[in-house]
Amino acid sequence: MSSTLVKVCKVHDIPVNLGVGALVKGEQVALFHLPTGEIYALGNFDPFSEANVLSRGLVGDLQGQKVVASPIYKHHFNLQTGECLEDAGVKIPAYAVVVQGDEVYLAV
Amino acid sequence: MRIVMIGHGMVGQRFLETLAARAGDMVHVTVIAEEARPAYDRVQLSAFFNGKTAEDLSVTPHDFFDATGYQLKLNTRATGIDLAAKTVSTATGEVVPFDKLVLATGSYPFVPPVPGNDREGCLVYRTIEDLEAIRDAAAKSKVGVVVGGGLLGLEAAKALKDLGLQTHVVEFAPRLMAVQIDDGGGRLLRRKIEALGVGVHTERNTKEIVDGETCRHAMNFADGKVLETDMILFSAGIRPRDELAKSSGLMVGPRGGIAIDNVCRTSHEDVYAIGECALWDNKIYGLVAPGYSMADVACNHLLNGHHKEFLGADMSTKLKLMGVDVASIGDAHGSTPGSLTYVYVDDRAEIYKKLVVSSDGKKVLGAVLVGDVESYGDLLQLKLNDMELPDKPEVLILPAMEGSPRKAFGPDALPMSAVICSCNNVTKGDICSAIDGGVKDLPGLKASTKLATSCGGCSALAGSVLKCELEKRGVEVKKDLCEHFAFSRQELFHLIKVEGIRSFDELVSKHGKGLGCDICKPTAGSIFASLWNEHILKKPLAGLQDTNDYFLANMQKDGTYSIVPRIPGGEITPDGLITIGAIAKKYNLYTKITGGQRIDLFGARMEQLPVIWKELVDAGFESGHAYGKSVRTVKSCVGSTWCRYGVGDSVGYAIDIENRYRGLRSPHKLKFAVSGCTRECAEAQSKDVGIIATEKGWNLYVCGNGGMKPRHAELLASDLDRETLIKYVDRFLMFYIRTADRLQRTSVWRDNMEGGLEYLKAVIIDDSLGIGEELEKQMQYLVDTFECEWKAAINDPETLKRFKPFVNSDETDSNVVFVDERGQIRPATGAEKKGRIAVAEV
Repeated sequence: MSSTLVKVCKVHDIPVNLGVGALVKGEQVALFHLPTGEIYALGNFDPFSEANVLSRGLVGDLQGQKVVASPIYKHHFNLQTGECLEDAGVKIPAYAVVVQGDEVYLAV
Repeated sequence: MRIVMIGHGMVGQRFLETLAARAGDMVHVTVIAEEARPAYDRVQLSAFFNGKTAEDLSVTPHDFFDATGYQLKLNTRATGIDLAAKTVSTATGEVVPFDKLVLATGSYPFVPPVPGNDREGCLVYRTIEDLEAIRDAAAKSKVGVVVGGGLLGLEAAKALKDLGLQTHVVEFAPRLMAVQIDDGGGRLLRRKIEALGVGVHTERNTKEIVDGETCRHAMNFADGKVLETDMILFSAGIRPRDELAKSSGLMVGPRGGIAIDNVCRTSHEDVYAIGECALWDNKIYGLVAPGYSMADVACNHLLNGHHKEFLGADMSTKLKLMGVDVASIGDAHGSTPGSLTYVYVDDRAEIYKKLVVSSDGKKVLGAVLVGDVESYGDLLQLKLNDMELPDKPEVLILPAMEGSPRKAFGPDALPMSAVICSCNNVTKGDICSAIDGGVKDLPGLKASTKLATSCGGCSALAGSVLKCELEKRGVEVKKDLCEHFAFSRQELFHLIKVEGIRSFDELVSKHGKGLGCDICKPTAGSIFASLWNEHILKKPLAGLQDTNDYFLANMQKDGTYSIVPRIPGGEITPDGLITIGAIAKKYNLYTKITGGQRIDLFGARMEQLPVIWKELVDAGFESGHAYGKSVRTVKSCVGSTWCRYGVGDSVGYAIDIENRYRGLRSPHKLKFAVSGCTRECAEAQSKDVGIIATEKGWNLYVCGNGGMKPRHAELLASDLDRETLIKYVDRFLMFYIRTADRLQRTSVWRDNMEGGLEYLKAVIIDDSLGIGEELEKQMQYLVDTFECEWKAAINDPETLKRFKPFVNSDETDSNVVFVDERGQIRPATGAEKKGRIAVAEV
């Protein structure tokens, strides 16, 4: 099934350096707004704590990768790929983000 | 092999530990000990009066006897040794056979044979039981006298002074510490001790002790003078416990002491003697370090190990007597023929230094230092390692002048054989091999070598050797916070403060790189809060906060939050309880009483936090900061208001203190407690800041914690009034906030502090760094700018927007599921959520 673009929110709805949660086609998504202006989207579900908390993690970079740190057990996930830095086998969904004007779209 | 040891003191325990390490359970060991408890630290005995318990002083690991299978018979007096049958008999009627016997019977305090020396209140200073008797006698006394002005006598005098007695020291010789220091040093020491309000009476020979007129006793001296006192401590030297050896026919010296050879063997080949009961080369060693060496040598010989000998020991000492630094090295009196002497005296600064060198001026023979003992480590190493002196040896004791060469040598100049820790016989070579084995810091070194774990006097020297050796190996002692900042937290704090930096962007552009991470961002956020105290959710600070701070609540395992309103001192009205109960009921929250005397409300969804807090704030509650690395609670006992034993209003004081420091952000969480009397029901000695009421004020304890590695707090100052106590706590907290590492509790911070408690006292009480006023000012600023974070948050629509789970929907997180347990909610398990276990949802 090919993905479709879904309008989620405005750019300014995601404060810089922070994340927000969104519900897109029934899936919980975490969107992050970096100070560089980029916006990334991952699944909101943290597989280690089994809770929907990643939108509440701190963003930053580690070893050249842009990451979010889970607020519960502090695992880091690559914002572009969804891969976990501490546990190579674990990967969470990463969604393509399209920004048009003021609007943020997700490819789901 | 059956080994019997008589006596269980520090040296005896050292012997057992060495034995266990080398022979394990290959040997059958029985220890016959007269005292009621296993070996404890007699060197630190006076700490008993500063709040240490008998348990704190123990040097015997809890499980030592269980783990080794060695047998310890406490409260058992050995009454005889049958050398022919090779048995020891005890007062309980047992007869214990041995193959090898070790006598570690120690010594007893010498009490001069003066008529009246057995009167009530005439005591000695050796065991914990003695100290208990001293404490009880002191409670009924106003005046106390110590007979004996030596090392132990002055230590005992300090104890009496600390117990609040008008204190005198009576010494037979013409000066204090006659053995270790000379006339010049003795004069200065006397002046300093008298300045502390302690009477010093030298050249006094006590003739008799009789009924006093104003006090319980009168001491009549040979010169006709009289001193009245309520209690007397005899500390006039020690005598070896050699009576068993003597009666069994072992050879003893003419003036006592069990004669031993270079392998610590007595006149019977299967009997050894170690420690203060042993006489080597007609000398008794009353220090623990030579005793440890004897334990090592004896154990080695007994197990037929490689050849080691005891060849005497260095008796140099450095100590603080009643706050006065005193040190003595080697030939302090310059009695070596041809020796030359240098003396430096500064009457104004109260410093006396004497250096004794060989006739050719090339070697240190001895030294006396009073008032300033900084050069002790250097001088001792020069002597012990027989190192050559610089051309002008006087620079070693002269104060540093501009342009003059200072620091004759660094740790690098020491030979590998240099003994750094004499208590545990750790050499520079041992330190180097520990470093090669991966040790990188002082705590690691302590753990692997036992260095600085007895008297601790060597920790500064050990630290400099460690640093020097690490640098030589090219090991960068990295204290970088994370990959974004090549600074320690302390350095970052300083930069932010000095440059007035208020945002992470500014900080990272000036001093760091990259986007930051979940280490440096919250650290910076915490430092900003400690310095500028702006609301943590104000832009751009919000993006630095961990989720707990960001939502001003504690995230639990299922992603919901718990709420802790502040209940200062644990005091709450019935109406307050009803309010909290009603709110918990309305929102179906799980309630639990916390360890910090508050009520925690669990199971609040993110979107519920503002509405719940609105109700709490309206009812007069404020944020409890349970979510922050910040001051949590001030626990209290009920105190003098209600308690029949209380001597201070602990609840009232706890509330004042909690209201002063509430919300203070710090490197890690801070917990306080206030107890209304010495029974200590608030468990203040397990807190970062613990306060205990005394008859005369408040005692302040610091740097304790429970947690993973519990640590008792240490007494920083006694009998303070409220104002002084607050001043000290202000200074203590700000000093910690400035200098600690990220997530370093006060206990670990203190354990890593070079100079230890004395250094901390100097900074806090004596203001040795000259920053006291600045620290107080910073704290006052934080107190004055306090605001309830929740009250501000619920009134700011921008902030409230963040509590929505979804930016594009009003739905809630369907993955948050509760089930009922014991009448309240709890998070459903994964299996329960997937429906594999039938549950009734609530």
